[in-house]
Amino acid sequence: MSLGQNIISDLRRLAGADNVLTGKEDLIPYSFDGTAALQQMPGCVVFATTAEQIVGVLKLANQMKTAVVTRGSGTGLSGGSLPSPDCIVLCLAKMDKVLELDRANLTLLVEAGATTQAVADAAAAAGLFYPPDPGSMKISTIGGNVAENSGGLRGLKYGITRNYVMGLEVVLPNGEVLWTGNKCVKDVAGYSLRDLFIGSEGTLGVITKVLLKLIPKPAAKKTLVATFARMDQAAQTVSDIIAAQIIPCTLEFLDRTTIHCVEDFAKVGLPLDCEALLLMETDGHPAPVADEAARMESIARKNGAIEVRVAKDEAEATKLATARRSAFSALARVAPTTILEDATVPRSELAKMIRFVAAIAQKYQLRIGTFGHMGDGNLHPTFLTDERNKDEMHRVEEAFKEIFTEAIRLGGTITGEHGIGVSKKSFLPKFAGDASMRVMREFRRTLDPSGVLNPGKMFD
Amino acid sequence: MTTPLSHLKGLDYSVLQQCMHCGLCLPTCPTYDATKIERHGPRGRISLMRAIADGRLEATKIFADEMYFCLGCLACMTACPAGVNYAEMFEHARAEAEASGVLKSPRRNLIRAFAIRWLFMDLSHLRFVGRILRIYQQLGLQTLVRRSGVLKLLPRRLQELEGITPDIQPKFSAELIAPLTPAVGSKKYRVAMLIGCAQDLIFSDINRDTVEVLARNGCEVFTPPKQLCCGSLHAHNGEWELARQLARKQLEQFPPDQFDAIITNAGGCGSHLKHYHKLLADDPAYRDRAALWDKKVKDIHEWLVEIGVKPPANDSPPQLVTYHESCHLAHGQKITAQPRQLLALIPNLELVELPESLWCCGSAGIYNIVQPEMASQLLDRKLKHIQSTGASIVANGNPGCLLQLINGAKHQGLKLRVVHPVTLLAEAYRRSG
Repeated sequence: MSLGQNIISDLRRLAGADNVLTGKEDLIPYSFDGTAALQQMPGCVVFATTAEQIVGVLKLANQMKTAVVTRGSGTGLSGGSLPSPDCIVLCLAKMDKVLELDRANLTLLVEAGATTQAVADAAAAAGLFYPPDPGSMKISTIGGNVAENSGGLRGLKYGITRNYVMGLEVVLPNGEVLWTGNKCVKDVAGYSLRDLFIGSEGTLGVITKVLLKLIPKPAAKKTLVATFARMDQAAQTVSDIIAAQIIPCTLEFLDRTTIHCVEDFAKVGLPLDCEALLLMETDGHPAPVADEAARMESIARKNGAIEVRVAKDEAEATKLATARRSAFSALARVAPTTILEDATVPRSELAKMIRFVAAIAQKYQLRIGTFGHMGDGNLHPTFLTDERNKDEMHRVEEAFKEIFTEAIRLGGTITGEHGIGVSKKSFLPKFAGDASMRVMREFRRTLDPSGVLNPGKMFD
Repeated sequence: MTTPLSHLKGLDYSVLQQCMHCGLCLPTCPTYDATKIERHGPRGRISLMRAIADGRLEATKIFADEMYFCLGCLACMTACPAGVNYAEMFEHARAEAEASGVLKSPRRNLIRAFAIRWLFMDLSHLRFVGRILRIYQQLGLQTLVRRSGVLKLLPRRLQELEGITPDIQPKFSAELIAPLTPAVGSKKYRVAMLIGCAQDLIFSDINRDTVEVLARNGCEVFTPPKQLCCGSLHAHNGEWELARQLARKQLEQFPPDQFDAIITNAGGCGSHLKHYHKLLADDPAYRDRAALWDKKVKDIHEWLVEIGVKPPANDSPPQLVTYHESCHLAHGQKITAQPRQLLALIPNLELVELPESLWCCGSAGIYNIVQPEMASQLLDRKLKHIQSTGASIVANGNPGCLLQLINGAKHQGLKLRVVHPVTLLAEAYRRSG
């Protein structure tokens, strides 16, 4: 540990001795996040319980030129909360209070360390709905969701985290506290600073409070599972559903490998004798829901679905969605290391992208399991590999490069919902272009001239 | 001496690698929930185990303490989509902690030598101590001693321990159960009944009820009076080699090819008993028998549902019952539906679901003795939920949990009957004649 003893003492004074961890056994568990094959030891971990403590930590970090890496539950998938060497890990998991549910304005104010699940539960308890549901929602923190602008299974109809953030309290790198946004539906006063912090991956400030928009809970919901003998039939079904101007809340896709892994874990009775599975969900008022479900079913059948099953009740629907959310982790059942991809393309290019990914896997002789948000054009091809196999890991990297290049060529993006972090840092300049890179760099330098917040992430 | 197999470095590396640190285990871990510190959660603990296997960390005192701060409730295994075998890693980690010697102290060594090597290696020793305790309790000495204030002279930890001494049953299993109980009606199965160690002293009535229910369902029940500890206490406390010795002796006493099933009614024991093959995998003399044994061991709830349990006749009083899951029954053996199915068979019994029924009550083997603070936090949480159901009866399938709840209810002055589902079933049969 090369963080100076004086810094540690100052941190203890700021946050309380119990809230500063420095032992090796305490730091190892904070040396990684949810991203495969990345590890880096921090210098210490500090649990903040108030924004004032964070102000103190950032002022100290600026003074001592020490890096600070903010973290919630460490479930990120691009290395965004991976510590920099000997940094201060600033963990907000203990700032998890639900502060205010405003039924008149349909908003929820929470501390950044509250889990996405706690947010969803607080909304549901008032008969309201917080739609963004990233795979890790049971433990991911809302602060992390905002910092990564997380998506989820319902993005197609309901959008992503950005669409629900009305206000933020942020501690700026220099220790200044900034509030942006309010409970007004309309607000065009000045630049939308709020939008700059959403998806900023811990590089522009530390998000401490989040004001969220809630919506009424849909009165009805229907969940369908359709299976196909060929992947392109599933892709065509998705295209036809969108072309029929149906926007279901969920259009999720699993390939054979993923289906088997998920079923092995969740035991929800997924059909195993198929190459592709679509999980489709429509919600809203009962009449249109019934109509959309019937039309989706007939589109699936027209495209040669082997079977279309309708979930019999809410409990079964929830089980299916939960099973789908476990897909990434469940794939780890068949390989020591799972590295998932997040390239996203316009929906019209989806079938092409799926074929390309399959061809790349074959070209580099890699095992792959694919699942994802087909309705969003956001696929998660996941390489099933072993980080100790250097040769194979090199081939994974090469395969990634080709997939990114193809995604960009098809008018897509290098990451749909996982962020740049360190995993995709080297691809950002090519994707974003010189002008965007310059603006981002200048913006970051203005807010964080000493470069204390999450250095080395997103871009240098 | 511990075999190298039991060390983290001897563990198949892919078992350690299986964790892809997605964090989905964290919200189900009682110690993470209480502290929000990664080291106190499964993902953090696994990272420490892997660091040791990699040679990046020594087995330090902090590591060893951490492995004993873990309840071993295995809730993380149910939550884990990646199928991480935490149970196996955890046993290896505790064995590593013991082998490293970092926890050694004269007091701890003495307690372990007494409990693990003497008391539970030969159950005649346990019964001997049980008899002394029984006399102490029956003669009213315990009440007398408690009233006299003499206990205040003891160190605080011992005072607390005296407070949770279980009531010893007037008769042990062998005095209640014949070595061979014939099936009522036609014999369909021949089963062996494991009476357990603590179960035999404290809940011999549950053993009797189990045998009775088995007999009423066409099972001839073989219950030898002198039995062994299953070895879970040893395996969970880093004594791998002793656990292997006990497993071999069990296989000798109950040759698995001679029974249709080997029955346990203790969730914690069952979870260990079903893994003898893994324990003896490198022992050519025993491993095949152990594999058969693993298949034959059945938890009582599991077995009764499997053979199509007979419903009791319709003349029971109304009972409002809630069900608290034993961690090693639910997470260790994935048995959650069957106890509820059995309870639902009892006429006029209304089962009300317990909030957080899958959350550990803090008993966790001997956890309530070695980690009293965390254990009592968990117990309070559990009792609050039980009270919220309005049920006056809580059913549970593991002696450790039963004891924990009984002590908790007594301590808080709650009117709560704590009972094994099989006892409720036996009572219903008796009422219907």
